[in-house]
Amino acid sequence: MLNIKNLHAKVGDKEILRGINLVVKAGEIHAVMGPNGSGKTTLAHLLAGRDSYEVTAGEVIYEGKDLLQMPPEERAREGVFLAFQYPVEIPGVSTSYFLKAAVNATRKHHGLEELDAIDFLNLIKEKMKLVELDQGLLNRPLNEGFSGGEKKRNEIFQMAVLEPKLAILDETDSGLDIDALRIIANGIDALRGPDRAMILITHYQRLLNYVTPDFVHVLSEGRIVKSGGRALALELEAKGYDWIKAEADLAQQTIV
Amino acid sequence: MLQVAEKLDSYRVDFERIKRDSADRRPQWIDHIRTAAFGRFVELGFPTTRLEDWKYTNVAPIVKTPFARAGQAQRMLPIEPFTLEEVACAQLVFVNGQYSSDLSSLEKLPEGTIVSSLATVLAGNSASVEAHLAQYASYHDQAFVALNTAFMEDGAFVSIPKDTIVEAPIHLLFISSARLGPADDGGSSAPVSYPRNLVLVGSHSQARIIESYVGLEHDVYFTDVVTEIVGGENAAIDYYKVQRESEEALHVATVQAQLGRSSTFSSHAIDLGGALVRNDLNVALEGEGAECTLNGLYMVTGRQHVDNHTRIDHVQPHCTSRELYKGILDGKSRGVFSGKIVVHKAAQKTDAKQANKNLLLSEDAVIDSKPQLEIFNNDVKCTHGTTIGQHDQEAIFYLRSRGVDLAAARSLLTYAFASELLGRIKVAPVRTRLAALLLTRLGNGSTPEEIL
Ligand SMILES: Nc1ncnc2c1ncn2[C@@H]1O[C@H](COP(=O)(O)OP(=O)(O)OP(=O)(O)O)[C@@H](O)[C@H]1O
Ligand SMILES: [Mg+2]
Repeated sequence: MLNIKNLHAKVGDKEILRGINLVVKAGEIHAVMGPNGSGKTTLAHLLAGRDSYEVTAGEVIYEGKDLLQMPPEERAREGVFLAFQYPVEIPGVSTSYFLKAAVNATRKHHGLEELDAIDFLNLIKEKMKLVELDQGLLNRPLNEGFSGGEKKRNEIFQMAVLEPKLAILDETDSGLDIDALRIIANGIDALRGPDRAMILITHYQRLLNYVTPDFVHVLSEGRIVKSGGRALALELEAKGYDWIKAEADLAQQTIV
Repeated sequence: MLQVAEKLDSYRVDFERIKRDSADRRPQWIDHIRTAAFGRFVELGFPTTRLEDWKYTNVAPIVKTPFARAGQAQRMLPIEPFTLEEVACAQLVFVNGQYSSDLSSLEKLPEGTIVSSLATVLAGNSASVEAHLAQYASYHDQAFVALNTAFMEDGAFVSIPKDTIVEAPIHLLFISSARLGPADDGGSSAPVSYPRNLVLVGSHSQARIIESYVGLEHDVYFTDVVTEIVGGENAAIDYYKVQRESEEALHVATVQAQLGRSSTFSSHAIDLGGALVRNDLNVALEGEGAECTLNGLYMVTGRQHVDNHTRIDHVQPHCTSRELYKGILDGKSRGVFSGKIVVHKAAQKTDAKQANKNLLLSEDAVIDSKPQLEIFNNDVKCTHGTTIGQHDQEAIFYLRSRGVDLAAARSLLTYAFASELLGRIKVAPVRTRLAALLLTRLGNGSTPEEIL
């Protein structure tokens, strides 16, 4: 589904991604972990189409197409979804209105009829249950005045409504109390499916207790420096990142 | 220079004519005021960009265009989309500045409240306005106020006695159209009207006044309007000025509000139309504890020019003022905002906040924004701020990442920017109509109810 080859990207003069290689197949869940500032969000935004980064080398193939050539809205309509680490507040536009516009843009793209108000309402009512979101929230301006947990729930709710093929969740588990985490994690787990792939960016093992990943990768200074199975996440939780950094530096030195 | 002098000559001729016209039906005091005002107008001349208050607004189109006072409507007008009959307790309709009793309705007015055409009042019981008319808006130093005062004939007179709550809005609808033709001219000049409004709200009373300015065709005409508003002790006034003139129209308006002790005044100034628009909104907080909230929204494109000058005088202690003006500028349009707050010597414990926020949708649009604080007392809280910017790229990306295309994302965010001020409009049909108008302009097929 997704093949990232030797991806390099910079902002201004600063190189942030320095050769990412990652293959994600349908049905798989990949956890991406790594220290602050290692480039996790940059990678996620790049995949979703944020244009403030300059790709200096490498390519990204999504469903056989050159992902980096597509505008963000087209990526979304083709099934790429990003749950933001910091969801944007947009006063003056309700979640339900904006989401209806999004759903219908995607349906139109696929030659489907647009949903009318009633069909749409039925759709969101069904999906709201998944993350225990109440409808009052959806009629409020998008994310404005939402608590941290509400914002994250809103992201997963949107994912449930849009039913993406490739979901990239950027720290959707950060800043949540244990109850909110359980709701969100169960929501994510329920959206798991054989046709859907997920990239879970996280700092913590606790999300992975609910949503078991197939692969765990460690991103450090713009490179994936270690990959493994779910056991790697447990090891990271226990030992931190320093040993991996040391290992990676050593590997670098041997290459040189 | 010569041209300008000649220009004033045509106003002179017009003024002589209006003085002769039906002089017997007017009280003498009004002729005195008019003559004094015209004298001042001739001395002042039209303002030039050398004057600080007119630095960014060149009134040459007004100076150059020959105008004639406009005639009354002879035919049925398609005013349906602009009326507020369903919610208003009174609706006065003026066509090219003249009252039309056929189009107006006054049935649902509460006891004691007077809503009338000014011409009618002047011809009859003029004593009821003598103490107030032309006593607040200064024709001594403002040329367009002087011009209006010299030529004032008609407009609205609203008087609400004390202890009276008028819940339903009073709607003053000013319709202009060159097709209806200037009255005393073969059609070679554009119509001009000088509406003059006086609103008196007694102590402990409450009123909601809506002034709408509408152009029926895409034509050139000039509206020079002055509105004086007086609020007594503890009065509450919610005032709207919705300007939707034709895109060729010239519109200059002055609102002067005098507010008594503990009164509250909120205004909503909406500007969508006009080629050249200048608004002066002056509020004098003259009684202790008076409060005003000035809301403004201007949305212009093409070569439109809209200038909002506001002035708030904190004359007495413990007065509060809140001001938020937002602008959306597209095309080669130009906006001007000048917000002056004057805190007088006696006005300790003044609390004033002012903000002007602008969204530039094109590279050719220009905004000049200038806050001015003049503070003659130490014990005050005053803040002001201006922002000028494009759409938030984070927000655009967020919307696009969900499948909304760039154009739709932009129009959604533009609407969102304006919605803060639309949300403050308390008269539902005014709010929804404006919201729908905005969405149409933004090329978004939605209805306002859907968006929020
Ligand atoms: N627009 C930008 N301009 C300048 N530097 C940037 C920009 N975006 C990201 N960076 C820098 O790139 C690096 C990687 O940032 P990124 O947000 O991708 O890290 P992260 O792994 O998501 O970190 P965290 O765990 O804190 O969320 C950081 O050093 C950050 O400061
Ligand atoms: Mg991050």
